[in-house]
Amino acid sequence: MPSSALTAAHPLKDVTASDSALRRFLHGLPGVDAVGLEGRAASLGTRSIKTTAKAYAIDLAISMVDLTTLEGADTPGKVRALGAKAVKPDPTDRTTPSTAAVCVYPDMVAVAKEAVAGSGVKVASVATSFPAGRAPLTVKLADVREAVAAGADEIDMVIDRGAFLAGRYLKVYDEITAVKEACGTSARLKVIFETGELSTYDNIRRASWLGMLAGADFIKTSTGKVAVNATPANTLLMLEAVRDFRAQTGIQVGVKPAGGIRTSKDAIKFLVLVNETVGEDWLDNHWFRFGASSLLNDLLMQRQKLATGRYSGPDYVTVD
Amino acid sequence: MSEKSEQQRLSVFKTYKLYVGGKFPRSESGRVYEVTTKTSAADAAGKGKWLANAPLSSRKDARDAVVAARKAFGGWSGATAYNRGQVLYRVAEMLEGRRDQFVREVADAEGLSKSKAAVVVDATIDRWVWYAGWTDKIAQVVGGGNPVAGPFFNLSSPEPTGVVAVLAPQESSFLGLVSVLAPVIATGNTAVVVASEKSPLPALSLAEVLATSDVPGGVVNVLSGRTAEIATPLAAHQDVNAIDLAGADEVLAKELEIAAADNLKRVLRPQPVDYTETPGIDRMTAFLETKTVWHPTGSLGASGSSY
Repeated sequence: MPSSALTAAHPLKDVTASDSALRRFLHGLPGVDAVGLEGRAASLGTRSIKTTAKAYAIDLAISMVDLTTLEGADTPGKVRALGAKAVKPDPTDRTTPSTAAVCVYPDMVAVAKEAVAGSGVKVASVATSFPAGRAPLTVKLADVREAVAAGADEIDMVIDRGAFLAGRYLKVYDEITAVKEACGTSARLKVIFETGELSTYDNIRRASWLGMLAGADFIKTSTGKVAVNATPANTLLMLEAVRDFRAQTGIQVGVKPAGGIRTSKDAIKFLVLVNETVGEDWLDNHWFRFGASSLLNDLLMQRQKLATGRYSGPDYVTVD
Repeated sequence: MSEKSEQQRLSVFKTYKLYVGGKFPRSESGRVYEVTTKTSAADAAGKGKWLANAPLSSRKDARDAVVAARKAFGGWSGATAYNRGQVLYRVAEMLEGRRDQFVREVADAEGLSKSKAAVVVDATIDRWVWYAGWTDKIAQVVGGGNPVAGPFFNLSSPEPTGVVAVLAPQESSFLGLVSVLAPVIATGNTAVVVASEKSPLPALSLAEVLATSDVPGGVVNVLSGRTAEIATPLAAHQDVNAIDLAGADEVLAKELEIAAADNLKRVLRPQPVDYTETPGIDRMTAFLETKTVWHPTGSLGASGSSY
């Protein structure tokens, strides 16, 4: 696995030396052809994936799900139920793969950790005052440290969109590096840009590079708490960014679209995007994830349909 | 001049479409098939006059229709019986307004004269009103308090079964259709209807009536096409709770009944029915389940026991 930090000698190291250098670099990134991007994402969405390829894609998608519950009303019981579901998504069919992770709030990490113990399912925790990220840095770092101390394998942080939109890129950069440091060596860091709040594709490209320069292990589209979440277009854009970043630095960064992906069909479209943009290296739950909750049930129903030939229904999967 | 332009006017053909979730989509498969008139001569020669192209539904259309029906079930079954009656009566009002159109379609579909078709259409509208009246009365007939030996108030009430797949009768394309559809939705179920294979046009036009008469989208979904092709996935579908096999022939009905057994669907077997006669409540009770509640009442007093 390539190291996830730029060596001091790398030419890209200079671009984070000062606020103005960073701005010059980010604004020097080529502009995004919005029409072309959306057209490309739409055309890749028309691929027909059937029979054995579909079965493979569904199992792969299940193994990439970050099964998520991020509600104010989360109870330990609900988190335990979610953990059990992540380990054995379909108890009636033991060949169903486990999901990649469960994603919870920091105070539920310990409960989730216990629920998935011994299964290989990771526990991801949102932190840094999710979803708004409007808190002092000390509070955000304390949030992260608590989650890591409780055993979180992955930290999903939100960037300070206010600072980003105001053009204070170095502040965002410093915050990500500080959080990365707080994650230590045990936790992988996912950086959420909340693409729905960044307004333009150019901003999404800049944010992607900013996050990767700062040492993100994953870049993630959104929190799932705003109107526009993961779309094929913004995910494609981020996939292009991680591809280009690896070409320049040798560092591989994961991508996680989150929110708004509800059907197997959608999920498979995203997998096509991955395969066609960054290739098979990313077709693994170490490098690509789906942040979703209701998606898993649809994947399971499709899986049952493929196995039995009968259309399944919501009575045959858990309610969550 | 005006006379000439009138002669040259091209008639506007209607594109018949499916009715799924309150919308009128074409078949997902993009297929259509020719619908022709039924005449005695055509029976002999094998082909009648071309009427229209109807969508030839695929199993994915069936799947989409079940999803729509499931989504609509909560609202429709939760509506008060009185309200359902009002909505269904409204359908009858709309049917009355389109009476001429249905007379024409039924005459073409079933090879009837205009006057005979008019009798059928009138009977159909009356049938609809009849079932509209039953919505808030069926509970009194098949439910009620049960005398039990214990300190309980014991109450049974009928509940809708859920999503019902309805294979409409093949011969009676309108009266038969309404006679099997109306009892299903009157009791609070939602329906996926497979229209008569040879004469689906009255069913597809009925969908237009339903769409404009307060029936929530998804309560009734109408599919046209090959009955066997659409019915097979419906019978095996795990999210369909019951199936009415009225439009299936003997061989198909047996196959479908076997497929339906997998998730214990309620099955109403095809039976010879004269649709012109008053139907009775059998078709309504076929798709009702009985919920019984035992409510403790406390001591029965000097003569009874307490708990």
